[in-house]
Amino acid sequence: MTPGGPPLKRRALLVGGAAVLAGGGAALGAGLAARDDPVPAAPASFGAETVPFHGDHQPGIETHPVQAHAAFVALDLRPGSGTADVRRLLRLLTDDAERLMAGRVPLGAADPELPARPARLTVTVGFGPGLFDAIGRPDQCPPIIRQLPEFRTDRLDPRWCGGDLLLQVCSDDAVPLSYALRRLVRDARSVTTVRWTQRGFNPARGAEPEGTTPRNLMGQRDGSANPVPGTPEFEQAVWVREGPDWLVGGSMLVLRRIRMELETWDDFGRAGKEMVVARTLDTGAPVTGGLETDDVDPRMVDGRGIPIAAARSHVLQATARTEGEKMFRRGYSFDDGPTTDGLPDAGLLFAAYQADIATAFVPVQARLAESDLLNEWITHIGSATFAVPRGARPGEFIGQGLLGT
Amino acid sequence: MTSFPVRLALLGVGLAAATTLVGCGGSASSATPPPATAAVAQTAALTVTDAWVKAADGGMTAVYGTLTATSAPVTVASASSPVSGRTELHEVVESGGAMVMRQKEGGFVVQPGSPHTLAPGGDHIMLMDLTAPVRAGDQVEVTLTLGDGSTVAFTALAKEVSAGEEKYEDGEMSGHESGSHG
Repeated sequence: MTPGGPPLKRRALLVGGAAVLAGGGAALGAGLAARDDPVPAAPASFGAETVPFHGDHQPGIETHPVQAHAAFVALDLRPGSGTADVRRLLRLLTDDAERLMAGRVPLGAADPELPARPARLTVTVGFGPGLFDAIGRPDQCPPIIRQLPEFRTDRLDPRWCGGDLLLQVCSDDAVPLSYALRRLVRDARSVTTVRWTQRGFNPARGAEPEGTTPRNLMGQRDGSANPVPGTPEFEQAVWVREGPDWLVGGSMLVLRRIRMELETWDDFGRAGKEMVVARTLDTGAPVTGGLETDDVDPRMVDGRGIPIAAARSHVLQATARTEGEKMFRRGYSFDDGPTTDGLPDAGLLFAAYQADIATAFVPVQARLAESDLLNEWITHIGSATFAVPRGARPGEFIGQGLLGT
Repeated sequence: MTSFPVRLALLGVGLAAATTLVGCGGSASSATPPPATAAVAQTAALTVTDAWVKAADGGMTAVYGTLTATSAPVTVASASSPVSGRTELHEVVESGGAMVMRQKEGGFVVQPGSPHTLAPGGDHIMLMDLTAPVRAGDQVEVTLTLGDGSTVAFTALAKEVSAGEEKYEDGEMSGHESGSHG
């Protein structure tokens, strides 16, 4: 810290604000106004923050704002695994998750410094079709989890698809996340093998005011229309309300690996980019005006009677048209590039939680596959679906209602 | 559901408070509950937390955890488990330049306010002549008999630890790890 830090910061912010104003245009005033305190306090350390493990719902779904780092790991049960094996596995994962999320080492581990500052570490567990088959309960697998329709634009690579069991591990700090992941997988590997691992990131915590919608690698605010955790709209969209006890209060997860053609996107004009999505790049506000939180108005026309938002724009096609279509996107960027040829290998880990994939993701993605201007720059190359059990109560392991004790 | 699990859970709250859940300032809607699969055992005299047992295909293995005396000094005189034919309370001491383990004379004495840690390289409960494999994720029942004849039952979660970290040789019981645990 240098002396006189705060004034410097203030000046830098003012200058930055002016620069944005100059380039921003009409929608910007609203965006700035939403940030009521232009001079943030010195960043507080958030390493000690924890998320409760127990509850009606698993952690890592309504945990808000979304943490900065994520790892999604799909595990496959080893051939011959049965109910007793899965039960032992889930008991171990539950015990580990609970301790790690509280900032403690797993049983038998001796490095308390590594998990000591979990930075809102969460562990979320999902069940794929193979798990239900292995335990002799195929009837308990929601049909849509077993068989997601193929979409016209899919270019799925098997290496990013499927899985018997999902671990989603998130944290604001990549170090405790890494430790948690290695300990969880260590305890899982006697019963499972790793099918794939996908790591993602969002803007660092504190880089923008808390609550700012994360920016993806195309530069868009991604998730502007998301239901807000804690609201009735969110509850309705995300949690399963009817079904077996182990699933009520749970959710369904679609994880799609979406490659972005960033090379061509970068060279595409700014006006075009905003037309394709129907939201502005700077604030995420609709091109038809208003705030980021507003919907795009498909009926608004310009002076010549031409709609301002293109009918095939991404947001107009993606916006839920029924209550059942609503879902909660908890996406992360991935960047595994550059390739040996110097090209980007990056995109979005589209992770969407919803009460019913059949009524939400399926019709929305069908519409996007059919007609979305953004399709020229994005390709779905991975796909996996999981039933996400409800939260564990004290003394339970995750999915205990399905596996029995 | 009977009230038994509820009672255990409630007791577990006190238990968690008694031990060291450091810096977990979570915003849980209820008090910090005990870990789902960890030991939850209680009498008025002694609690056992963070109990785990090393997975083993057969032969012998060890149980670890934290013993806390709730109000007065407590002596753990012996232990037993359905998975072992013979159970002993062990300590690890230096003898002739090597770390060796042996039965602890007089058992484990636990003082209030000073939790007694059973850990690799230190005091532990030896399960010998295993009657069945102890597989990772299993829950192993262990019963402690205290100096006054009362018993404390708890459950230890089986975990796999690296080969070589703990080695028990038949008879000699040497080769306990080389003191890397601080």
